Amino acid sequence: MSANLRILVVEPDQNRVREIVDALGEAGWRDVKALGNVSALDRTVKDFAPDIVLIDLANPDRDMLEHISYVTETEKRAVALFVDQTDENLTQAALNAGVSAYVVDGLQMNRIKPVLETAIARFKIMRQMQSELDAAKQALEDRKTIDRAKGILMRQRGLTEDEAYTLLRKAAMDQGRKVIEVAQALVTAADLLS
Amino acid sequence: MSGTVLNCGYVPLVDCAPLVLAKELGFAAEEGLDLNLVRQPSWSALRDMLALGHLDAAQMLSPMSVAMSIGLGGLAAKIDTLMVLSVNGTVFGVSNAVAEALGPVPFGDANAVLHKIAARDGAPLRIGVPFHYSMHRLLLSYWTSAAPDLQIEEVTVPPPRMADAVADGHVDAFWVGEPWGSVAVGRDVAQLMMTGRDVWQFAPEKVLAARHDWVVENDDTVRRLMRAVFHAAKWLDVKRNKPLAVEILSRSEHLSLPADLIDPAVSGHLLPQIGGHPVEVERFLQFHRYAASFPWRSQAAWIAHQLGAEGEDLETAKACFRTDLYRANLAAVGADMPGASEKVEGSLQFETAVASSRGHMILAPDAFFDGRTFDYAGKER
Repeated sequence: MSANLRILVVEPDQNRVREIVDALGEAGWRDVKALGNVSALDRTVKDFAPDIVLIDLANPDRDMLEHISYVTETEKRAVALFVDQTDENLTQAALNAGVSAYVVDGLQMNRIKPVLETAIARFKIMRQMQSELDAAKQALEDRKTIDRAKGILMRQRGLTEDEAYTLLRKAAMDQGRKVIEVAQALVTAADLLS
Repeated sequence: MSGTVLNCGYVPLVDCAPLVLAKELGFAAEEGLDLNLVRQPSWSALRDMLALGHLDAAQMLSPMSVAMSIGLGGLAAKIDTLMVLSVNGTVFGVSNAVAEALGPVPFGDANAVLHKIAARDGAPLRIGVPFHYSMHRLLLSYWTSAAPDLQIEEVTVPPPRMADAVADGHVDAFWVGEPWGSVAVGRDVAQLMMTGRDVWQFAPEKVLAARHDWVVENDDTVRRLMRAVFHAAKWLDVKRNKPLAVEILSRSEHLSLPADLIDPAVSGHLLPQIGGHPVEVERFLQFHRYAASFPWRSQAAWIAHQLGAEGEDLETAKACFRTDLYRANLAAVGADMPGASEKVEGSLQFETAVASSRGHMILAPDAFFDGRTFDYAGKER
């Protein structure tokens, strides 16, 4: 019976927490607690006594969680999942998705695995969405910079928009740099000179 | 840039300087290495990434490689310490409230500070440290064990949040690497009481570590990495290079810290409290001089002993400090080698000349605050 596992999710971002808790809920785990404020980590781990703690691999509070796992009483000691490297694929999948899990020592692997697989799938989606969002933001920023650089060239050299872009691209190719880098340099220089 | 790509993990603290400079000053490139420095969000993440092969090498807290090799704390793996990256560089401080309760204590007097803290009434002192398997925590335990009645509670806090933790009252005191002690002082929430070297004058703080299997299979890359880092450490310890080092580090994307936060650690000029007098701490952070990068097997033994290891585990710990590789790989680039690979830790009260490959070399004092010594066989006297 997998449904009676106690799962703690440590994650400051409320949207992300909801995603993970929902995903776990849909898969049948209802005894899930989310923790955003890590200053309560110590007490929550003691009071809630989770069987599994899920935390983003990149969360700096992992070190705190590790410490709590050393000092808890031995029969309830949580250990980093990676200690049990019996399933190399699962470990690598968790790492790639950015999930780290702490599980109570001695818990059967076949009980943990479905929880982790659910978490990995969800983390993966969230990570992908985040990187797409970041890429879109960056592309928008780059576009603005290049537009400004084109505008400067059009004003200063009396070029058309296409000519200005061609000039930027040529300068970039000649210097072995990216168009955005040349555009950035031009914008910075223009700001300094204005 | 072409060359062997080497993924090296690090945590952005001032003492990752040898790695950053090995890259930025081209020492790695000279060795044909494309040193890819990979920032890690926590020590546990760094440990996992190294153990599971996502990193080739890493900057580590010196007790981490020992703990992993003897199977303590999370993930066990056979990890070699190739060389010491930095010696000392940590500070102990208390919140303004605790400082007021203690009254005036001479800065850097470990015995006086301990005496005052032990005499304090009230709840156990909550002390923030960056990680359980850190030199900070070992020095804290060693130091406070001299006051058996003193009640302390160890709290793990990521260094960049240490000042917040003090401000919020989450911790009463902290033992942390620079710049985070100076940051807490700068925000006027804490005062520095002493530095790590007031408890142990020559404590290996960070090490360059790699998986044992990887080291065996990549002996040539290991040699080139060690040489690059050796050159960077040597450059860093030249006094006239320090202002430039601060500037390079502050501009580096790897550290993301302003120059005024890097300077105290590199120059050894600390400000213990707002409005107080700055102090100059000799050998506050050492990278190269006094054989600082030599991975003494007796240092590994001391660490293992503090972690409760004995017998075979102690031997394992000693063997993972690779003095053999240090000798083999760095003699050709002019590293002076001590005659022995182990010393009686804590026995040097003053700068002392010892036998070396080039005749003699100067070792810095390595005394403990309580005057005890530790010999590699694990006997404290």
